[in-house]
Amino acid sequence: MSPLPPLGSFAFAGVSGSFESIATVSVGSGGTSTVSFTSIPSTFKHLQIRAICKVNGTASDFPDFFIRFNGNSTYTDYYSHQLGGDGSSAYANNSGGSSTATGGIVGDINGAQFTAKIIDVLDYANTNKYKTTRSFSGWDANGSGQARFGSNVWLKTNAITSIDFVVRSSPTTIQQYSHFALYGIKG
Amino acid sequence: MPVTYEPIATQTLTSDQTQVTFSSIAGTFTDLVLVKTGGQSSGNMTMRFNSDSGTNYSGTQVFGTGSGSGSSDRYSNQGTMYINYSNATGNSVTTIMNIMNYANTTTNKTVILRNNDSAFYVGAYVHLWRSTAAITQIDLYGSPNLQNGSTFTLYGVKAA
Repeated sequence: MSPLPPLGSFAFAGVSGSFESIATVSVGSGGTSTVSFTSIPSTFKHLQIRAICKVNGTASDFPDFFIRFNGNSTYTDYYSHQLGGDGSSAYANNSGGSSTATGGIVGDINGAQFTAKIIDVLDYANTNKYKTTRSFSGWDANGSGQARFGSNVWLKTNAITSIDFVVRSSPTTIQQYSHFALYGIKG
Repeated sequence: MPVTYEPIATQTLTSDQTQVTFSSIAGTFTDLVLVKTGGQSSGNMTMRFNSDSGTNYSGTQVFGTGSGSGSSDRYSNQGTMYINYSNATGNSVTTIMNIMNYANTTTNKTVILRNNDSAFYVGAYVHLWRSTAAITQIDLYGSPNLQNGSTFTLYGVKAA
């Protein structure tokens, strides 16, 4: 049987070491404002983050949380585009020069269901390129929901050594039972 | 080095079938990925977990047919999960399904998938199975048939 490439990556499955688990974060009781992967080795070609996660907060909070690379929160260093559907209509938007990349990340404010996310960080250790991520995410709550694609650029040539998922503002938190897994894909 | 992304099982149909089943799925992985390629009868391919036929399935999708702007719709309180659609028997319909944290017994189960009918549409779907049970069985259904030659491959992805 020939293994097939994982969704969103360029590695072939079933070959020892080509798709490796690097680290996992499971959010405990009380939630957290930030989930971080640090000291990411440069020995892979691409990274993939697979997660289920939920944020809560007040109704006035924007329902996303964001990705930052290497602790960089500079407004003009990120740009993103999104294509999605909310069950009624399709939409497209962009976030130019946002203080953090949205990555097509979606959260359900005060909802009962978790969002599933798959985020590819391409050629993350290359010091000659800006960094591109591609994301696919969605949540459904039996009468509401969203399915969304996202693409982001981080306008830095630095190798990525840390990735933070950060809530937009307090009192929003990433809730208990959220689970983030970081994988490395060898090229 | 342990294999993190591992093939679990493959089924290649040698005749038209109304159903494909993956059973006795071990709870040792983090996510499952199910890849379907090949033809099917005109209509929906649907899916159930653990033989649950209760009205516990819902979903939201975004898709485009190559005509006009993209579209979005949803379903709620159904007895099955609507996975993909073919508008003509024999069209090649490809679907890659990510069944996230399938073995946890705390949260309801979410599936995100991408699919396309080569002659009709491309789309993405998110589904919810309102059950905290670990998934041990996956049943896929044609309407009525999943066609001869279709391939269904189940992978396990294991986090550290």
